[in-house]
Amino acid sequence: MSDVALRMEHIYKKFRKGETYNSLRDFLPAMTGKMFRGQELDASDKREFWALQDISFEVKRGESLGIIGRNGAGKSTALKILSRIMKPTKGRMIVNGRLSALIEVTAGFHPDLTGMENIFLHGTILGMNKREIQSKLDQIIAFSGLEDFIDTPVKRYSSGMYARLGFSVAAHVNAEVLVVDEVLSVGDYVFQQRCMDRIRSVIAAGTTVLFVSHNLKSVTEICQRAMLLEHGKAVTIDNTDAVIRKYLSAGATSEDPDEKKPVYISRVTVRDRAGEQSTFESGQTAWVDVEVTAREALEKLAVVIWFKDETQYIIFHTSTERLGSAPFSLQPGGTYRCTFELSLNIAHGTFHLVTQVYRYDIQKGYDRRDPATTIFIGSTTAVGGAVNCFPRLIESETIVPSTQSCEV
Amino acid sequence: MKEELQELYKYRELLYMITYRDIKVRYKQSIMGFLWAILMPILIVMSGVVVRYAYAMVAHAPLRTADIASVAIKSVPWAFIVSSIRFSCNSLTGNRELVVKIYFPKEIFPMAAVLACLFDFLVAFTALVVFLAFIKIGWSIYLLWVPVLLCTMVLFCMGIGAVVSAVSLYFRDVKYIVEVFLTFGIFFTPVFYDVRMFGDRGNWLMLNPVAPLLEGLSASIAHHASPDVHWYLYSLVFSLVAFLSGFVLFKHLEPAFAESI
Repeated sequence: MSDVALRMEHIYKKFRKGETYNSLRDFLPAMTGKMFRGQELDASDKREFWALQDISFEVKRGESLGIIGRNGAGKSTALKILSRIMKPTKGRMIVNGRLSALIEVTAGFHPDLTGMENIFLHGTILGMNKREIQSKLDQIIAFSGLEDFIDTPVKRYSSGMYARLGFSVAAHVNAEVLVVDEVLSVGDYVFQQRCMDRIRSVIAAGTTVLFVSHNLKSVTEICQRAMLLEHGKAVTIDNTDAVIRKYLSAGATSEDPDEKKPVYISRVTVRDRAGEQSTFESGQTAWVDVEVTAREALEKLAVVIWFKDETQYIIFHTSTERLGSAPFSLQPGGTYRCTFELSLNIAHGTFHLVTQVYRYDIQKGYDRRDPATTIFIGSTTAVGGAVNCFPRLIESETIVPSTQSCEV
Repeated sequence: MKEELQELYKYRELLYMITYRDIKVRYKQSIMGFLWAILMPILIVMSGVVVRYAYAMVAHAPLRTADIASVAIKSVPWAFIVSSIRFSCNSLTGNRELVVKIYFPKEIFPMAAVLACLFDFLVAFTALVVFLAFIKIGWSIYLLWVPVLLCTMVLFCMGIGAVVSAVSLYFRDVKYIVEVFLTFGIFFTPVFYDVRMFGDRGNWLMLNPVAPLLEGLSASIAHHASPDVHWYLYSLVFSLVAFLSGFVLFKHLEPAFAESI
């Protein structure tokens, strides 16, 4: 029993959509109106929606759980309920131990106070006491890297400095349960790495972590298990890779063919030898099938495909025309199919496949599916970075400096 | 209720920090610095003296030092009451980020607003003491009433502050209504006048829970007399009820703050 760090049991959360009365001037006439006209309350009930429905999960002490899902799936609501900022409409929740949230890391700051004063203010808001802050003060300042600016009012800080200081304070709260929500987007690359390292060391020290992010890569790095939320419901809770696979496959079938377009991409699949797939090993061969259907007669078309990484950077692109195929023409109702063979020399990460119908000579783009699908390259410990160059270690040697060589 | 008070006690350092922040920021921002704390009381005292002078003219009586002292003694706490209710009214809506993002007992905001105003009050009160010493008001054993009366006043302000802060989170026009009450409240409260000027009908004025406190301060400091104990008890009960019911109401509304603000 005591090894459970937190547990949600059938949590429901209801929100009201649309405008509510936020002034007495509107509220009182509306209330008296209601009293005289009788029951009209039902009208407002239709504007309610469930942000969370029947969420149940359990996280053991020292475990880390990732929560993924699209915007509006209910991730932030779940975290707000966990951190007790919001009360669930129904359901029960247990948190064993002190919970700290790395949600809005600068919420407690006051712009007119200095960095130092804000450390104390924000630290206290996050539940530390003065002695605790005092003892960690040097660590916090060193972590933020803002030694020279610590006596400057934070309103003079750049937004990066602001966020760094906030994260530094929040990351030093001694918590049994740590809730992290999309905070790693702050600061430069070096600071982000430092944040990740900090979270890893916190996990290593036995803290339970709940990690919410759109960055699937960091979710896989940090969490053993993950929960996928969709429209307020927990679709799956499983090990991280399986959940991410499910999440990505759910996204591929989202688009309907648009009726107005003269030509549209009717099907895109990525497969390996066994069939349709969204997870690949680095270096594996994949086939991309694209099917294009026309509503009007069109000529000189080509199919273009490209991969984007999570930062929207195009890492690779090609087209039927570039690969030497002649442009194709379509009659109304006609279809065109093509298959690309790709060897995925990409390193670990998440990549979006975009497809487009394009006419090169007049540089006109037709239907585009962005992203048509998303693939996930499984992690290999051997390489990091964007591409996989399939390195081999040929030779390694340690050279001991000799005293004689100095004299020569 | 008990758990909630325990939690509040657990977060006492935060109450202190937020109060400190409010004070620090106010004194940092204004060039006037400490003058800010004194300016409003001085203005009220001066207008009180003008009003008192007019009474004296009409009554063909001389303006006595004790009258001026009494106006000053009542004006400074009145300024405290007005500003603490005003500041606590905006204390939740003004800290939107913290209300939405981080969990802690939110009654800390209206309480800290009152405490920050109490700091201003103490600065002004020190100036008042200097002034009273200067006009040689003297002292008596009844001065022991002063802290009791002030504590009751703080209790009263925190109660009202909790209510108006929570309600104004839901209804944005509440702060204008509060402002009107604070502006015209001075006419219904014995600040520039004394309740005894109204004879027997003065009791009606004493129903205003602030009146016995201000009259009590005036009696114990300016007139070297005991406050009316019965009326004080009335104020005390009123303040306690305001504080407790304000706290309960606040706690009742608090869970929905984050989604309603």
